[in-house]
Amino acid sequence: MHKHLIAALAAMALSAPAALAAGPAPTDPQIAHIAYTAGVIDINAAKQAQKKAKSKDVKAFAEDMLRDHEAVNKQALALVKKLNVTPEDNDTSKALSKQASDKLAELDKLSGAAFDKAYVANEVAYHKQVNGALETQLIPSAGNAELKSLLQTGLKIFQGHQQHAEHVAAELK
Amino acid sequence: MMPGRLAPIALAVIALSMVVPARAATIEITMENLVISPAEVSAKVGDTISWINKDVFAHTATAKNGDFDVTLPPKKSATSVLKKAGTVEYYCRYHPNMKATLKIEP
Repeated sequence: MHKHLIAALAAMALSAPAALAAGPAPTDPQIAHIAYTAGVIDINAAKQAQKKAKSKDVKAFAEDMLRDHEAVNKQALALVKKLNVTPEDNDTSKALSKQASDKLAELDKLSGAAFDKAYVANEVAYHKQVNGALETQLIPSAGNAELKSLLQTGLKIFQGHQQHAEHVAAELK
Repeated sequence: MMPGRLAPIALAVIALSMVVPARAATIEITMENLVISPAEVSAKVGDTISWINKDVFAHTATAKNGDFDVTLPPKKSATSVLKKAGTVEYYCRYHPNMKATLKIEP
């Protein structure tokens, strides 16, 4: 009996992705919350950029972010409604939100070209961070097939945004 | 069996097909889930490309060499007529990871 329990625990430990070694894999309601939060963060950053950005390219980029992330989140809301899932707040969402509000405050102190550069640099870093989380944590942990598929589309969108942000960053130099 | 009657018709059909030049074709290129398909298409000058965006996101078909730049709002289509021969690589400006190739023969 005891032996079986140890074997089961060992099997569970082995099947958990390495990135999650520190904690249990997020559940679908938590994953939905993290993905939605990640979108809201980028929407808020884009709204700030629309007010503060100087460069035409940076303004246009912010407009693209706003449009795409609102579209993704609209799909996410429709999906959680359809699946009857209530998104559940969690430590990852909280950490992302905290990091984002610190960044908003930091960028708020900048203006002109300095703001443009800092906003775009953060967009590159932020999308990279979210892509990493999607690939190693959120997509592998998602149980529901439709949720997984939406996250996979989200990953492609975010990868596109990362490349777009890298192009804009290169143009600003 | 009426070979005598069918022969002139057959001849007329052949003659017609020789006079009327090949019609310009319409080629469909679809963008769905951030993937352009087919990723590589051959067409001829004069052909029409029907760009179909099935995503809820806006996309563009932007030629690297500047030959065309089509904007596709969510769930919308657009057409463009090919005017110049060449192999054109194009991408989506909003999502540069969406890439494809159009081979346009003269």
